[in-house]
Amino acid sequence: MSKDLRNYKLVIWRQASPQEKGGFEQYQVDGISPDTSFLEMLDILNDRLIKQNIRPIEFDSDCREGICGACGCLVNGQAHGPRQKATTCQIYMRSFENGDTITVEPWRAKAFPVIRDLVVDRSSFDRIISAGGYISVKSAKHADANAMLIPKPDADQAFDYATCIGCGACVAACPNASASLFTGAKISQFTLMPQGRVEREKRVERMVDQMDREGFGGCTNIGECEASCPKGISISAIATMKAEYLKAALSGRTESNASDGAM
Amino acid sequence: MLTVRKALTSTVGRKFIMGASGLLLVGFLFVHIATNLLLYAKTGESFNAAVARLWSLGSLVYLLELGLAALFASHIVVAITLKRGHREARPDSYRMSVSKGTVHNNPASRNMAVTGIILLVFLILHILQFRFGPGISEGYSVVINGKTERDLYRVVTEAFKNPIYVALYVAVMLFLGSHLRHGFWSAFQSLGVLAPRISKVIYALGFCLAFVLAAAFLFIPIWIYFDLGAGL
Ligand code: HEM
Ligand code: FES
Repeated sequence: MSKDLRNYKLVIWRQASPQEKGGFEQYQVDGISPDTSFLEMLDILNDRLIKQNIRPIEFDSDCREGICGACGCLVNGQAHGPRQKATTCQIYMRSFENGDTITVEPWRAKAFPVIRDLVVDRSSFDRIISAGGYISVKSAKHADANAMLIPKPDADQAFDYATCIGCGACVAACPNASASLFTGAKISQFTLMPQGRVEREKRVERMVDQMDREGFGGCTNIGECEASCPKGISISAIATMKAEYLKAALSGRTESNASDGAM
Repeated sequence: MLTVRKALTSTVGRKFIMGASGLLLVGFLFVHIATNLLLYAKTGESFNAAVARLWSLGSLVYLLELGLAALFASHIVVAITLKRGHREARPDSYRMSVSKGTVHNNPASRNMAVTGIILLVFLILHILQFRFGPGISEGYSVVINGKTERDLYRVVTEAFKNPIYVALYVAVMLFLGSHLRHGFWSAFQSLGVLAPRISKVIYALGFCLAFVLAAAFLFIPIWIYFDLGAGL
């Protein structure tokens, strides 16, 4: 075992319920190995809190290997902490010096209300997806997977956009709490593929509509979303969304009521 | 349907208006500086002649002014509604907020509303001072081709004998440069025409354009105050 054990002062947002006001609390965590992950460090702290009869700190996590998008909080003012292209579960205590004060806050957005401590409600993302983030497929006989030819660059680009895990870091990092990178990535991934072209105009109309209805802010092209995205998704996705929107508006092939659920 | 109304009121649609009006305003600035470069001449003859030529268009000038006013109005009104939306989208602010490193997150981009408001206040003052400033009836007249015209050159040069105006104009032009440093590139991104390949090129072009425009306007008051044209 490593002899290099470190001590940290944690300043963490505590809020028992959506209704409660909440505030920052300080905790001392000692004897942490630098190879401990950030979330394991919180687990260790929670064990001690439970023994002291203090309500443990609530936070989301599932895969703990950067693929599910469940985890996420602001660590020292940065979405998912100090490492680029990493999720909160992928940061380790070696990123912090012995004796550091670490401030931990939940994602902040009107469309991401705090449920408890560091856990926020991201169902607004689900509603943007259900508004138009799908394609129509033939459900009869299983088709040959390679029957439809797709240019390699398009497939690669679509795949880059499809790596979005929906963690919400883009919203958290954006000074306007905009969901443009998320929505743009989801729209772009379908638009680049022939299978996604059928609902093209309706999709962008409905998804942008839903994004606005959820109360996310607009995009001012700051680029902090791209820098904070654990998958490094480019803001070109946002430009694509805007171009799609313009094309849809000019084509006239859209629907009047995007909330009726039928396409 | 994605009606025109909805297309122009969504967050995406309103940024189309911001981007389009912003770029058209940049176009206006080029027309504006083209005339104003004549202020660097040794005498006011060419400048006053250019102004007289513009006014010889008659009522068309008022139409152009109206169009320009509409451009400014749409840019500003939409900016205000967007800004309000951004504020409402994050009711509780962070205790700590640190950039994760992107060239586009800089003082220019974060303060578009601030530099915009400075430009708006300046604009009002600027129009009152020159467009509605002293004219022929106050004795500011010259004869060009046998016709009595307004001596706008004298109005401008007298204003810039006042160091306070010189300092004010220089400062505001720095803010204009800052606004365009982010704004030019941002407009293309908002209009959805930026492929990653050309994004860097447009951002660099935006810097050059902001620098050149701001510098060209900025040196006019300095030039006049120190009478640098006299040595030509
Ligand atoms: C000389 C005059 C002006 C020019 C050439 C100009 C140009 C631009 C351009 C090109 C943009 C980028 C648009 C985009 O991101 O899509 C922009 C954004 C902006 N302008 Fe102006 N502008 C001018 C005056 C003003 C004034 C007077 C105001 C305000 C009161 C203003 C407020 C803003 C704001 C707040 C933004 C940012 C919008 C956003 O990022 O969402 N501008 N401007
Ligand atoms: S827990 Fe799955 S990405 Fe972090």
